[in-house]
Amino acid sequence: MNERIISLRHASTSATPRISAERAVLLTRFMQSQGAREEHTPIRRALAFKYILQHKEIFIQPGELIVGERGPSPQETPTYPEICLHSLQDLEILNSREKIPFAVDDGTRHIYEEEIIPYWRGGTIRERIFTELPQAWITAYEAGIFTEFLEQRAPGHTVLDDKIYRKGMIDFIRDIDLVRDNLDHKGDQGAPERCVELQAMRYAAEAIIMFAHRHASLLDEVASHESDPLRKAELVDMAEICRHVPAHAPLTFHEALQYYWFVHLGVITELNPWDSFNPGRLDQHLLPFYTRDLAQGRIDKERARELLQAFWIKFSNHPAPPKVGVTAKESNTYTDFALINLGGVRPDGSDAVNELTYLILDVIGEMRLLQPSSMIQVSKKNPDRFILGALKIIRTGFGQPSVFNTDTLIQQMLRQGKDIVDARSGGASGCVETGAFGKEAYILTGYFNLPKVLEITLNNGTDPRTGKATGIETGDPASFTSFDDLMKAYEKQLRYFADIKIAGNHIIEKIWAQHMPVPFLSLLTDDCINNGRDYNNGGARYNTRYIQGVGLGSITDSLTALKHHVFERKTGHMKDFLEVMRKDFDGHDEFRKMLTDETPKYGNDDDRADDVLREVFEIWFRAVDGRPTASGGVHRINLLPTTCHVYFGSVTGALPDGRRAWTPLSEGISPVQGADRKGPTAVLKSAAKIDHIRTGGTLLNMKFTPSFLRNDEGLLKLMQLIRSYFRMDGHHVQFNVVTAATLKKAKKNPGQYRDLIVRVAGYSDYFVDLTDELQDEIIRRTEHGEIDVSS
Amino acid sequence: MPIKGLVFNIQRFSVHDGPGIRTTVFLKGCPLQCNWCHNPEGRKAVPEEVNGRQVGLWYDSHELMKELERDLIFYEDSGGGVTFSGGEPLSQAEFLAEMLGLCREAGIHCAVDTSGYAGKSTFRRLLGKPDLYLYDIKLMDPILHLKYTGVSNAEILDNLKYLSHCKEQVIIRIPMIPGITATLKNLEDIIRFLRGLGTITEVHLLPYHRLAEAKYRQFGVNPPVFASHEITPDEMEGYRSLFISAGFKLNLTE
Repeated sequence: MNERIISLRHASTSATPRISAERAVLLTRFMQSQGAREEHTPIRRALAFKYILQHKEIFIQPGELIVGERGPSPQETPTYPEICLHSLQDLEILNSREKIPFAVDDGTRHIYEEEIIPYWRGGTIRERIFTELPQAWITAYEAGIFTEFLEQRAPGHTVLDDKIYRKGMIDFIRDIDLVRDNLDHKGDQGAPERCVELQAMRYAAEAIIMFAHRHASLLDEVASHESDPLRKAELVDMAEICRHVPAHAPLTFHEALQYYWFVHLGVITELNPWDSFNPGRLDQHLLPFYTRDLAQGRIDKERARELLQAFWIKFSNHPAPPKVGVTAKESNTYTDFALINLGGVRPDGSDAVNELTYLILDVIGEMRLLQPSSMIQVSKKNPDRFILGALKIIRTGFGQPSVFNTDTLIQQMLRQGKDIVDARSGGASGCVETGAFGKEAYILTGYFNLPKVLEITLNNGTDPRTGKATGIETGDPASFTSFDDLMKAYEKQLRYFADIKIAGNHIIEKIWAQHMPVPFLSLLTDDCINNGRDYNNGGARYNTRYIQGVGLGSITDSLTALKHHVFERKTGHMKDFLEVMRKDFDGHDEFRKMLTDETPKYGNDDDRADDVLREVFEIWFRAVDGRPTASGGVHRINLLPTTCHVYFGSVTGALPDGRRAWTPLSEGISPVQGADRKGPTAVLKSAAKIDHIRTGGTLLNMKFTPSFLRNDEGLLKLMQLIRSYFRMDGHHVQFNVVTAATLKKAKKNPGQYRDLIVRVAGYSDYFVDLTDELQDEIIRRTEHGEIDVSS
Repeated sequence: MPIKGLVFNIQRFSVHDGPGIRTTVFLKGCPLQCNWCHNPEGRKAVPEEVNGRQVGLWYDSHELMKELERDLIFYEDSGGGVTFSGGEPLSQAEFLAEMLGLCREAGIHCAVDTSGYAGKSTFRRLLGKPDLYLYDIKLMDPILHLKYTGVSNAEILDNLKYLSHCKEQVIIRIPMIPGITATLKNLEDIIRFLRGLGTITEVHLLPYHRLAEAKYRQFGVNPPVFASHEITPDEMEGYRSLFISAGFKLNLTE
């Protein structure tokens, strides 16, 4: 890192996340203006987008190479009152909560009280959703059966492909006009609606060009006051770049990065989509520009490195928009999940690793930033050197990059009916979600608490935490004569809740489609222009809605314990189980010891547990996969938790696997914390018994001791483990390389471990920013290393 | 009737007992009484109970094979396999021979981690079956060897000559016990002996660590006490350079 980058990085990481009312104020003022009288929602939204970009404060930081920010300064985060209106009390909570706070100043409070709250109250997406959803949905939501992604943040969950490197916004406008001119106004009933949507996209494209031009003018002005001739020339160049992109296709490496960045700002200013948009296959998109600039002597490798580093800092400047309520619990982090994909295969299926891949790996290792997050796509065709290069960064213990199986990603997409080239050009985003980049809306809709459903099944439909009839009556468990009876009851109960969730998804999808179109994101996603349809209304080529199962390890071990002790060994009666669970094992230490120490557990390559895992997987898969969405898409499953296993654990009582009440569930597809006792190969074998190809992503966490990876021999063995797991179709694995002892020290003395980064679940975070429960949970995860019992 | 063997541990993802990712099978029973033994629970050739925990389970060869085949995919991708250790695996020679044959059929690379203390007929019987021997040399001085391990080293050295003569793949392992095996004289003697064999190319120096001390207490035995000092990194480097300058390939430092 040179001085410039060090100082920009410092400015980014030392700033305090704070709330900015700027966007809320501009939007509210627009809504009260003449422009808002426009009767068509898409056009109103496009004009609002333009208004914000026209009036928001812009600035150039000293030394900056890539320009543009979502807020008025780094770490300043706008709000989206049209979706979720923060009350004064919410603002106070955000300001004062211990973990993941956002500073709120008096000016913001005041303007919220005077302007924002009075205007938006009663008219937000969040309020519409909670008003329109049926009571059964609310009951299940409040019980902690599932969460809802779309009550505070917009559907997004998508990643850009290579189109912006080939086309300028002027080209997109030409495409839009062409489709619009060819609309069949006589034969096509939908033509007027399409015409409106296309017009909205056109406005949005014009708005982003205007936004870049504002930066060009500001750069000229800053240049005119600049005394250092080198920086002055740089600023003049940058002004030129902002005049050229995004209006036109980029010609240089620098232009390509700046173009993407304007697009990024557009997407996250238009709304606050989940799983922050990102450039996806960056080493593929940038390669032609890199090669050409090098050949023509426009840049050298060091300049390319510096530009990439400057680009990384832009992501780092943008915390995830503030979350409150259950949403804050399920995703308790500043990280916004922009996940840069490296490696994988080219559209023709060949090895995609190139010299830029290695340069970007260097940048990741050197920058050590939480955002953007990064991953490597590993295909059987990729060289070992690529994986080892990534493992050298992983070994430094900041959880990045995570490791994905390209060959599985492609098979998953083919199973979902995607074109092979679209599949090869895709990857994973967010935590671990599979998608066809630039062509798919793959919306996460909420986490689903698999163990809680068992708790309710064992109480014949009642939630013991509240005493409320929450599910349906599936029979007194003491009357079950076989494990099969229990599984049938569990499936029936799970179906009941999955049906409620899916019915809710239909309602919510329609609310978004009707009230909150996103013309800017739409023009970037195939085939919204051709279809004349919005991203939020099924306009994309592929439309998928995911429901994410949580607590797979906990549910497997719980059902296995019942199978083993009640139905096979007869070492415990169902009544005994219900009794000791009700007491949270108090006074039943022996019984609990039998459950934790003398019961088969998932994660040990033990088919007595892993067969139950397969059954649970099938039940979950059958309940969700293939069921239609409101606008012509399909529901799919994946298995990932973010931080939701902590929240779900906090609403779930004692479980038959010996887990105490209100403690975290297992995360992702990882074994229950500490239950895996046969080492990493056994964990991988167990995890591979899940049919990863029929999911849209699974998340496996592993912890290795730093000493194991200290020498190259250890790195090599870790690579071989990954290769084997992927040969068994494993989807993803991520690594924490830090000892439990270090983590315990960090928990005790957070001040001394401010920079300790750990892998949580699909993302990295500062350890000291995690809640107590999550810190303990990570400490408890099993640590793999060298176990010397020989000689 | 498949033959049965007494096993006290099956360690998957074993990464220090031969190449690649391995599963190490620890066979119970050892004729040696090494002062510094890391696996005191491997000494007695019968199942026993330690702190309420059963140590030693009888496996028939097919059962054990099933366990070993579980990590086949990892052996393949890493160039690993199975290592038979102990205890002294050659003490259960018949079972070991059966297992080596089954592994060979299954295409699994096999290593035998031995003290070398067994009758020559045992080695003759196993000839050609293991892909690799991990062969311990502890002390060249016969008196000291007897003192610290309870047995003479004559057979051990003789068997090594025999393996060398038969061109078996052998890696020598030397436990570096401060003041006992890790002395300049002993190591120089070992080097001289190994060079005389002419077929040995690789030597692993195994650092002694105190992990096993807790185990001794579990067995109600006091842990061994050695020369007060631990081997310093500098000393270790010095010992390593002895072997390197004599032309041996060494394991990585840990």
